[in-house]
This record gives sequence, C-alpha cells and structure tokens, in this order.
Amino acid sequence: MSNEIEAIKDPGLPAHVHRRADTDPKAAKKAERQVAILFLLSALGTVTLIGSYIFIPQDVFFYFPVLGNTNAHQLFLGLGMAASLFFIGMGAIHWAKTLMPDEEVIIQRHEFRSPDEDRAEFIKTVKEGAAAAGLGRRSLIKRSLGLSLGLVGLSPLILLGDLGPLPGDELSKTSWKAGTRLVTDPGDRPIRAEDLEVGAVAQTLPEIEPGAHRALSDIGKDAVLLIRLRPEEFNLDAERLSWTYEGIIAFSKICSHMGCAVALYEQQTKHLLCPCHQSTFDVTRAAKVIFGPSARPLPQLAITVDSEGYLVAQSPFNEPVGPSFWERSS
Amino acid sequence: MTAREKIAGSVANYVDERTGAAKWMKKNLTKVFPDHWSFLLGEIALYSFVILLLSGTFLTFWFDPSQREVIYEGAYAPLEGLKMSAAYASTLQISFEVRGGLLMRQIHHWAALIFMAAIVVHLMRVYFTGAFRKPREFNWIIGVGLLTLGIVEGFLGYSLPDDLLSGTGVRIAEAIIQALPLVGSYLAFFAFGGAFPGEAFIPRIYTVHVLLLPGAFLALITVHLMLVWYQKHTQYPGPGRTEKNVVGYPLMPVYMAKAGGFFFIVFGVTAFLGAVASINPIWLYGPYTPGQISAGSQPDWYMGWLDGLVRMSPPLESHFFGHTVSWNILIPGLIVPGILFTGMALYPFIESWITGDKREHHLLDRPRNVPNRTALGVMSLTFMLVALINGGNDIIATTFDLTINQIMWFSRIGILILPPIAFVVTKRLCLSLQRADRDLVLHGRETGRLVMMEHGEFVEVHEPISAEKAWLLTQHEQNPALALEESDLRGVRRPGVLKNKLRARMSKAHAVAIPKATAADLKEIEHH
Repeated sequence: MSNEIEAIKDPGLPAHVHRRADTDPKAAKKAERQVAILFLLSALGTVTLIGSYIFIPQDVFFYFPVLGNTNAHQLFLGLGMAASLFFIGMGAIHWAKTLMPDEEVIIQRHEFRSPDEDRAEFIKTVKEGAAAAGLGRRSLIKRSLGLSLGLVGLSPLILLGDLGPLPGDELSKTSWKAGTRLVTDPGDRPIRAEDLEVGAVAQTLPEIEPGAHRALSDIGKDAVLLIRLRPEEFNLDAERLSWTYEGIIAFSKICSHMGCAVALYEQQTKHLLCPCHQSTFDVTRAAKVIFGPSARPLPQLAITVDSEGYLVAQSPFNEPVGPSFWERSS
Repeated sequence: MTAREKIAGSVANYVDERTGAAKWMKKNLTKVFPDHWSFLLGEIALYSFVILLLSGTFLTFWFDPSQREVIYEGAYAPLEGLKMSAAYASTLQISFEVRGGLLMRQIHHWAALIFMAAIVVHLMRVYFTGAFRKPREFNWIIGVGLLTLGIVEGFLGYSLPDDLLSGTGVRIAEAIIQALPLVGSYLAFFAFGGAFPGEAFIPRIYTVHVLLLPGAFLALITVHLMLVWYQKHTQYPGPGRTEKNVVGYPLMPVYMAKAGGFFFIVFGVTAFLGAVASINPIWLYGPYTPGQISAGSQPDWYMGWLDGLVRMSPPLESHFFGHTVSWNILIPGLIVPGILFTGMALYPFIESWITGDKREHHLLDRPRNVPNRTALGVMSLTFMLVALINGGNDIIATTFDLTINQIMWFSRIGILILPPIAFVVTKRLCLSLQRADRDLVLHGRETGRLVMMEHGEFVEVHEPISAEKAWLLTQHEQNPALALEESDLRGVRRPGVLKNKLRARMSKAHAVAIPKATAADLKEIEHH
C-alpha cells in the first residue's frame, strides 16, 4: 500500500524512567515498610476472623449504619476474612510495583505455522500409519468398526431410560373428578359458597383422604383459584356461565404460559396477573388473555355444590392445565 | 552458598532428574506478559472460579440435596413447623446454624455474579479490540462455551436451595423443555423423573452443578489458559510494540506477585461483599410449592435478558393435527438465544471471510479503527440491554411509576429499532474519532492559549504531539475493501454471484475509514 511507505515512523520503546525506590535507598526502605504494614494488616484480619468465630455468638444483632440490623458474628467474621485476603493482595502488588524490576522486557514471537518439511513429514507419518493399519484397504473392518462404534454410542441413551417414566397422558389430567370437593390450601377445609364474600379469592385443592400425602407434583396441576364476583359482572356464554356457582368462578392457578402460579388478583379490574411474565387474564371473560405472552386462557373448572352445600367440581378440567406441550391438541 | 540455597538446589535437582522440568521452567519463568488493566478482566473470572470452588466445597459439607419432605425445627423461628424439602431446610441450617455458613453462601453467590460479569466484560474487551482474530479463534469459541456453561451453572446453583423464588425459575425451565416439538414432554419427564416438580430434580442438578459442569469448566479453562500461554498474550499498539514482539514484564517475579496478589484482592473484595451485602435471602422467600409465588420474581442478572425476551414475546401458538407449538416460548427461549450465541461463536470466521484477512494478529485494534465491528458489538449490546430492561419490567414499573404496558411496548419496538440506531450512531462516532485522531496528528494538541495576531485575529496555539502519540494514532492498517469481480477475465460470470455480492458489500462497509495521517500529510502542512 502506498501510504504504508510514507507512514509515520515508530519511535521505538520510550526510555525507562526510574522510580524513586530504584535510586533512593531511603525510598526503597520506605516502600519495604509499607509492604510489611499491608501484610501485617492481613494478619490482623485473620486474628479478627478467629476471634469472631470463637467469641461472638451467632444470635447477636446490632444496628450498623447503612447495613441496618446486622448479625455481628457474620459481619466480623466476613470483615476479618476480607481484610486477611485483601491486604495480602495489596502487599504483594505494592511490592511488585515499588521494589521489583519495572523495566519492560521484549521477547520475540514465533509464527505458529510449522515449517513446510515438518508439515510434509507429518502428513507422511499419518498416511504411513493409516496404510500400516490397512484402514483404506480393509473395508470390512472399517464398516464393522463404524457400526459397532455407532451402536456403543447409543448405549448411554438406553441406560438413561429409567431417568423418568414416559409422560403418557400425565400432562393432560389432574386429580379433579366430578364431585371432588374443593378444599382450602392451606387447611384442607371444604368450602361453602357463603364462606366467600363478593370480591374474595381463595386458593383451593381437590380434597384427599385425611392423612393422605399430597405430592407437590399434584399441587402443580391441581391448584385452583376461586374468585367470587357479582353474577351480573360475568361476560360469559351460557355454557361457561353454567360452570360458575352464584358468582363463584374457578380457574386453574397454573399459568397457561410457563406454569407459574397466577397469584395476583386485582380486585378493581378483575384481572389475574402472573408475576413471572405478566400474562394478564380477564376473570369476567373466562380468563381471556388481555396482555402478555400467554396464548391461551386459564382452564376453567366447572363447579357446583353437593348435597351438603360444599363446593365441588362438576367434572374434571376439559383441557390440560399448565404450559403447552407437543401432544396438546388445542 | 547458604543452607537454604542448598536445600532449594537439591529439591530442584530431585525434580529435574525425574521430569526434566528445568528446561521448561527456565523458558517459562521468564515469559513476558504485556501490562494493561483490561487484561485483568479475564483474571477476575479465573479467580472467581477458584473462589467458587473453595466456597462451594464448604457448602457441600452441610447441604442436603434432597427433595424429601421434612418439618422444619431449626434456628429460624418464622419457618418453624413448616413442611419443606431437606434441601431448603439444610440451606437454612447453613445460613443460621453453621458458623460462617451464611458468609460462605453469600461469598459463593457474589462470586458467581462476579464470575459471570467478569466473563461478559472480558468478552467485550476481546471483541472490541479484535483479540479473537487468527490465531485465537479457538480460544474465542472456548470462551463462548464457558459463558454458556456459566449461565447454566449459575441457574442450577441458585435453583438448589429449593426456595419459592428459585422453584419458580425451575418451573419456567421445565416449561421451556416441555415446549420442544416432538420430544418436549419426554425430555421433561426424563429430567424431572416424572411430572414437575417430582422428587428427583434437586439431587440430579446437584450432581451436574458440583461435578459435571465444574469438571467441564476445569477442562475448558485449562485449555483456554494453555492457549493464552502458548500463543502469548496480545498487546495494545504503541511505540516499540509490533506484531512480532511482546513488550511487558517477566512472569518471575513481577507477574507472579501481581497476578497472585490480584487473586487475593478479588477474594478479599468478594468476602467483603459476602460480609456486608445480603444476597439471595432464601429464608424470606419460603419453601417451594407450585401453587404459590412471590411478586417481583426475578432471575439473576445473567438470565434477565432471556426472561425479558420471553416477557415481550407476542402470544403466538400454533395448533395443527392435534399438536401444539408454543412460539411464544420457543422463539424467545431457544431460537433467538441460539442464533445470538451461534453468531457470536462464529464471528471470527465471519469477519475474516468479509475482510479476506488470513494473517496472524497479535496487536490489538483500537475500537474506533474498526467501525463496523465496534458498531456491531454496540448493536448486540443494545439488543441485550433492551431485553434485560424488559426482564425487570415489573420492578421498573413499580420503581418509576410506569405501567407494564408502556415498558413492554417500549421493549417490543425498541428491540427492533434501537439496535440498528446504535449501529449507525456508533459507526459515525468511530469515524468522528478517527477524524479527531487525524486532526490531532496533523495540527497538534489544542493548548487553550489564545494569542492575538497583529491584525487583531485571535488564534489558539496548537502544540505538536509527541512522536509516541503520533505513532499510536497512525500505526493501524487501513486496508481497502476486497475486490471481488463478478465475472472472470474472459467475461464468464463466476459461480456464487449473490454470495460474492454480499461479501463485497460487507467488505466495503467494513473498510470505511477516515484516511489516517501520513508523513507526507505532515510535510505538506509544514510547508504552509
């Protein structure tokens, strides 16, 4: 390139400027003392750490400006540890910067490309090795080896088969059946319609045998939110309206987007909001999505009351609850 | 010879006679490393990793990676009598009963955040200075791999305590797996040992978090460092620095003291943060149950952009032939991140294809001298930043009294419009800086001294800059765009016309520059 020829010249490495400690023994002595003080501060930090570990009980709290109410044990243990480490570092670096040689050194790089004869020899070696093994000639060996290696690669996949059961229709069903009572979570008490005032919300689960264990996996599918509005506030078709009971409407609490608990209910607007990704559902319109990334309404559970007046499910959910999956049909 | 020298000598002799290490050590102890603050960023990542190994090992002594249900009877009264997993209960035990346990937990978490931050800033340094160019492409790819693994490792780590916040994050991860076409529900059931959350996940990710991934990290970091060692460090341009040399300080003793000292400083600062800055107070969140959640659920920052993309996604889902594809999860959760990270990993090859430059490079670029690359980097960062902002939309809404609606529409539009704007603005800024460099070389430094000429005009006195500075501002190469003929000498069109056209166009955009000052320019000015 033309302008490379007349480029401004490299003046070369600037001359080395000596530090005070290089020429003045007093300054060097001072630097040495500074380094020693830093190392001593580190030792002091370790002493603080040991002392805090032994002498400060774990339940002492005190007010510390900025930090607020602070646990003394944790704070002094940590500060001691921080000092013990930090000042070793400071000492070492101060030592390097003031007393160790600071004259820049130049070394040369080498090109990574191997000399041509080395490369040629390398190729020759590989070729000879391959020829000696007969890889090119003995195609039977080559093919059977390929087959066996491929199959061996499969075995870890086979052996991991018991990591989990096949999903089957697990994702599509919940514990709700026709007639299952809705019980409070927590508390497991059945609920009557009059227990819920207009505007109230209740987190419920299907009733289980007393003493039976409720697995988290079940809660992850069964959690249902009850909300009571005035019946005239609903904007539902006849079928969906028949799924409510005296203004009480029930939705799956598991978000139809990514499965978080849809737990924020705005009483004024009658919106349900999922705190994970802000999908917002309109309770009056069968949890239609009015904002956010969710593509489907929350499944609605048809409810009614049994002979004793307790709220029960009319039928199971008519669609899978929770996030979408490949086998889901709608 | 003193007694101490004698002992040292005989130890060295013993080792050398069995390994021949002296020859190797002699060569490598005098290895030279160039000095610059930005070269410490990768070191911070390395040291944070060591801190993570040490503090993490401490935590394993008490942590019980099990989802077995227990009734809490520990020192933290507000959760007394609650049902929770053994993992959560043992995290409470570490926080309240093990002396130094909370400190170690907080050091571990802070170190993880610093680890990721250092990786990201180190990556930016490497990108903007062109340190990824030949022969360092492999190391760039390893770096991108480490970043990716770091995100996964961090996510698994903060999921282990099985608290309400992290359990919600795991639920979201499960939904992403479940959203995969064809195999999604199968993979989710294999990962969780059945329906979410099951009782298998915490023990499984524990093995991955403390064994598999740290092993992978160790291997990759080792190769990463060996390559830095073997290929020698890049250096910034300046007087006396060339593509053929390394100017700096020898490993023994200066670099050993500096780098070793810096390890202790990083550890000390992390310990200080662990001592004074509360992080992930899981006892406030409560144990995980799928039916509950807390408002303001936020992942750690390095996952925030991913969550932000998911949050701004339009509600797209396809149903056909009895199947469902959740575009609202697949696009922001897998496809866009996949494209971004693949593009990032391949960038060194893309750039060398555009410029046609196949030479080795050891001198770093000043970002302004490669406007296209710099602009592309700022464009990517802008994209990430908009995504990250949207990831905190709920917090931002409550803090600044905005509606979620406003923030989401800002993000949805901004993520499409702001990155290209950032590209154009950055490119122009780079060219302006080049122009300023040229002016500085040709007309010198403005001294701020005003002088009145005889005829009344005021002029500012300019002072010529030093030869060193002039060299720094003009040492870079300015290569012309690739000349790619559409047809060969006989007028026959070459194959791959479109590809060549694209390449020529990009090469032209890449080569845009303000001509740097030359010696001839300087001479011409002196004549005036």
